[in-house]
Amino acid sequence: MNWFAKLGLNGRWLVIAIPSLWLLIFFLAPFLVVLKIAFSEAAIARPPYTPLITWEEGRLLLTLNFGNFQYLWEDSLYLLSYLSSIKIAFFSTVFALLIGYPMAYYIARSDEKIRNILLMLVILPFWTSFLLRVYAWIGFLKGNGLINNFLIWLGIIDTPIIMMQTDFAVYVGIVYTYLPFMILPLYANLVKLDEALLEASADLGAKPMTTFFTVTLPLSMPGIIAGSMLVFIPAIGEYVIPALLGGPDTLMIGKVLWSEFFSNRDWPVASAVAMAMLILLVVPVMLLRKAEVRT
Amino acid sequence: MNRKSWFLPGVTIFGFVFLYAPIISLVVFSFNKSKLVTVWGGFSTKWYGELLNDPQILGAAWISLKIAFISATIALIFGTMVALVLTRFGKFRSKNLLNGMITAPLVMPEVITGLSLLLLFVSMEAAFGWPAGRGMLTIIIAHTTFGMAYVAVVVQARLSDMDDSLEEAALDLGAKPVRVFFDITLPVIAPALVSGWLLAVTLSLDDLVIASFVSGPGASTLPMVIFSKVRLGVSPDINALATIMIGIVGLGVAIAAFSLLRKPKTKLK
Repeated sequence: MNWFAKLGLNGRWLVIAIPSLWLLIFFLAPFLVVLKIAFSEAAIARPPYTPLITWEEGRLLLTLNFGNFQYLWEDSLYLLSYLSSIKIAFFSTVFALLIGYPMAYYIARSDEKIRNILLMLVILPFWTSFLLRVYAWIGFLKGNGLINNFLIWLGIIDTPIIMMQTDFAVYVGIVYTYLPFMILPLYANLVKLDEALLEASADLGAKPMTTFFTVTLPLSMPGIIAGSMLVFIPAIGEYVIPALLGGPDTLMIGKVLWSEFFSNRDWPVASAVAMAMLILLVVPVMLLRKAEVRT
Repeated sequence: MNRKSWFLPGVTIFGFVFLYAPIISLVVFSFNKSKLVTVWGGFSTKWYGELLNDPQILGAAWISLKIAFISATIALIFGTMVALVLTRFGKFRSKNLLNGMITAPLVMPEVITGLSLLLLFVSMEAAFGWPAGRGMLTIIIAHTTFGMAYVAVVVQARLSDMDDSLEEAALDLGAKPVRVFFDITLPVIAPALVSGWLLAVTLSLDDLVIASFVSGPGASTLPMVIFSKVRLGVSPDINALATIMIGIVGLGVAIAAFSLLRKPKTKLK
């Protein structure tokens, strides 16, 4: 429908222009600035990088410095943290799917009253502070934390298991934080599943497992992809979880960008890392958009 | 299915324990007498007293609340405008660009958003002296930008669900578009506006990464103060703070659920 076309030309134009202008200035323009600085050189100045375009002896000079990207490629720290981010994000997504799929399935198949309560319980943690919920895991995972105390009390172990400041803690933190993002699109997909298809499959003699793998699973593929990308994408750029739960040898690209900027004060390299991270996200974001169109 | 019937409820229970155990432990140990967060030393409310006498935390909480209210309110207006434009304005030339710019912040890693906005602010200041320095204003701008993306998604969903025959009828009867919006569209999408605004407030109150990039001296938000405390180790007054915040959210949910139960649903779909 197009009823706002009746709004006077100026009014219509204003409603479009105001938010568009805001987004152009504060969302799109910043990326051009990052791109620009990624091609400049670090300098001891304010701001700490060299200008790309200079005016020298009547000539306009454009200096593109590819050194930052070359540096990312040659220093193994960046490549390793790039790969390690992909690994951590990938396995976290798999774990979240393994827990989230049965939960979404169970919620979608339960009575309507219970279903709404369970659904609210999935969403509720999201409204409480993410930072504080990650902080809560420190109390569980540390050497004299709740899990170790419990296991020692049970007599299963004698000495505490080291869980804090390991990759394990990072996996726990990511799966914990993004599990609701996995469950919700899966639920939205599974609740629409036509039960007649499952009955037909059973009537034709298929075992429940066969029905699941040949009917339910393929039909829920858009939900699986959407949920997985909603876990994978934020996990790639995660900073807080590896900073609080991970150790010094937990390499993640978001943490590298942070320390490059705040500790090393190397703005051009931080910008180059940001550009590299964006390229990594292109495929997952496209998958997500495709899945959203299909659901 | 009967043979496997323990599997689904089992995983579901495990999942909910996984989701809620940390939250419950935060609340329980906020009443712990001992300074050790994980060893029970008797009931006490002293950490709440300590929290209320901590000017740093109280100041940061006040700054965070101000930022959240202002940025969520601007985000509500701009986000609703974008949602209207995308669902009710038909086709126009830059529609794809606007659609891209409003959905991209949802998937953008926070470190990139924070870095890019900071670099923009620095460049702008160097070029024309605004914004002078960084602080609350720059955080508000940053939070408005991602807040409006979330508002737009929520409101857009409601607008495309809504039956538009009422709007058409009003237009046919000669009402001006502005009047149609305020008399018909706005009341129908009001619940979506409330949840969009609350979402923007929550996200703003929760943001550590973007605020750390674009903040300046003197404008430390609550998450920034919590983060610097937590990095030094667990401290029970943070548990007390968490409990208060969880209590506020719980109260809000209870009120929302209660008002939904009491009021029969108005059928204006």
